[in-house]
Amino acid sequence: MSINVKNIHKQFGEFTALDNISLDFPSGELVALLGPSGCGKTTLLRIIAGLEQADHGDIILDGENASNTHVRDRQVGFVFQHYALFKHMTIFDNVAFGLRMKPKAQRPSESKIREKVFSLLQLVQLDWLADRFPAQLSGGQRQRIALARALAVEPRVLLLDEPFGALDAKVRKELRRWLRKLHDELHITSIFVTHDQEEALEVADRVVLMDHGKVEQVGTPEAVYNHPQTPFVYSFLGSVNVFHGRAEQEYLKVGSEQLRHHNESYGHAKEVFAFARPHELKIVDNSHHEGVSARISRILSFGIETKVELDGLNENSGQHYEVHLSQQQREAQSLLVGQEIKLVPSTLALFPREAVALQPSEKEG
Amino acid sequence: MSTLAIQTNASQTTRFEKNTATREPNWVKYLLLGISLSFFALFLLLPLIAVFTEALRKGLETYWLAFTDADALSAIALTLTAALISVPLNLIFGVAAAWAITKFEFKGKQILITFIDLPFSISPVIVGLSLVLVFGVHGWFGEWLVANDIKVIFALPGIVLATIFVTFPFVARELIPLMQAQGKEEEEASIVLGAKGWQTFWYVTLPNIKWGLLYGVILCNARAMGEFGAVSVVSGHIRGETNTLPLHVEILYNEYNFSAAFAVASLLALLALLTLVIKSYVEHKISKKSNA
Repeated sequence: MSINVKNIHKQFGEFTALDNISLDFPSGELVALLGPSGCGKTTLLRIIAGLEQADHGDIILDGENASNTHVRDRQVGFVFQHYALFKHMTIFDNVAFGLRMKPKAQRPSESKIREKVFSLLQLVQLDWLADRFPAQLSGGQRQRIALARALAVEPRVLLLDEPFGALDAKVRKELRRWLRKLHDELHITSIFVTHDQEEALEVADRVVLMDHGKVEQVGTPEAVYNHPQTPFVYSFLGSVNVFHGRAEQEYLKVGSEQLRHHNESYGHAKEVFAFARPHELKIVDNSHHEGVSARISRILSFGIETKVELDGLNENSGQHYEVHLSQQQREAQSLLVGQEIKLVPSTLALFPREAVALQPSEKEG
Repeated sequence: MSTLAIQTNASQTTRFEKNTATREPNWVKYLLLGISLSFFALFLLLPLIAVFTEALRKGLETYWLAFTDADALSAIALTLTAALISVPLNLIFGVAAAWAITKFEFKGKQILITFIDLPFSISPVIVGLSLVLVFGVHGWFGEWLVANDIKVIFALPGIVLATIFVTFPFVARELIPLMQAQGKEEEEASIVLGAKGWQTFWYVTLPNIKWGLLYGVILCNARAMGEFGAVSVVSGHIRGETNTLPLHVEILYNEYNFSAAFAVASLLALLALLTLVIKSYVEHKISKKSNA
């Protein structure tokens, strides 16, 4: 079932949580709402579920305007960050809850309920825990039960609010893969909220990047990672090096130094941010006439890549850079900690320096 | 008043004690122990023992006679009736108020919280007097009540009203912090799963608060049965009719019928002790649940 969000606006006092958001979630896709905490992603999810009311705008479920439909009639499945399992009920009773609460006319018989609950528990591979209480389960198991419970009422859409946020790194990774597999089996339209870019890029069909209550970019994981359209997306996805400078003809002036850039449209003198990924920077000799001077502060050479951390010099002191070198590149150059070198980017993405905040905001979401 | 269960965390105190870096000198420990124990013995234990020794001074037969007396029996019946009416009413009110305060946002919330505490800060005598001013013969509704032949003051309704007023905060006060700590997530989960409001309350909220609720009801009941001041003003002390147990004790005492007075008093004391036992059991249940 498709979900359309139209001009949703939500204000908490002075704080704008959602600023006129419009999004389309096509049927059967798994979409990630990604952004720093306080960007409005959880609020948007709760508005879609009906747990929160938008100030204005519409939620359209399957072509029908559901803005004024009560939560219990929207037929959405919701998975909470902290599971929200019913503590005093067994796992079986938790999963059976939604079925047992149905009006008498629609309620399946107790034997049907039993069948359904066990098939769901098998789906999440935890049927052996049916008689336990939530407190006796690990975090990962609880979240799987929460998912089974949400699926029991056969929701038209599945909404997950930071589903792996409270779990440790290893379980998180496991559950991620598991969720993706489950989605491939069920094909139920799903939206999950996360602040973890790796999680979003790995699991989702499409990623919606949000910041300060606005949608910054929508696209497949490859598209948003390889072609960021805004400074925020550039700095939020993966590590990135930033140069503050002025674009002049084909050069970017960074302090007294200059870098060549290939964006012809920035012909006029313009204050810009220039971004380059760590693997897009080359380390060249200090005598090179192009490039930004920096001093090597650390060389980390475990894994396939060598990571070189650098501190900016002259006008760029206080700036930090990171360069990733392949093993061959590393061997071709002799690099030492403390050495002064110059950085030359193979490509630069330029964005006019207006009042853009590069740092994610730190408000609670 | 915070009536949350006091939990003695044995393992933590032992660790604290064993460590020389955190241990206080022995004399501090024994001084504090001595002060609190002698205070307890002098002001709590001694009066309690006195009640029972005085009650039994003239033998078991007189002790027994004090209860089988018609006036005493009617006092017991009245006390139970008043508690039986006021405790359920305050139970309903307490749950409703705690629910409203913890699950909804509304204007005047702070005022409601303050008003719930009012009976704790106001003298019970004033409560009684205000009831007389409103419902008495010369009070606001006095004429109307007389015209319709309804007796509030010097009758059961007055006693119940006074009891409700003084026991008003117990249930709500107990539930508010508990429900605040539990948050709304389980209720939200229940609603998303399609449960109706009352289903959510019955199957999700109530099981989560039942021990706290029982604890509040026990305290509420203890106070309802033991209330003296407010009830004294509105009861009129009519023997065999509007005398509750505490009032009956006073009357017997004023008549120099000490052994009967103490006998009835011992009944109230036993009730209090029983309350303590049930309370400890409930506390034990609560702490077991929170450790689970």
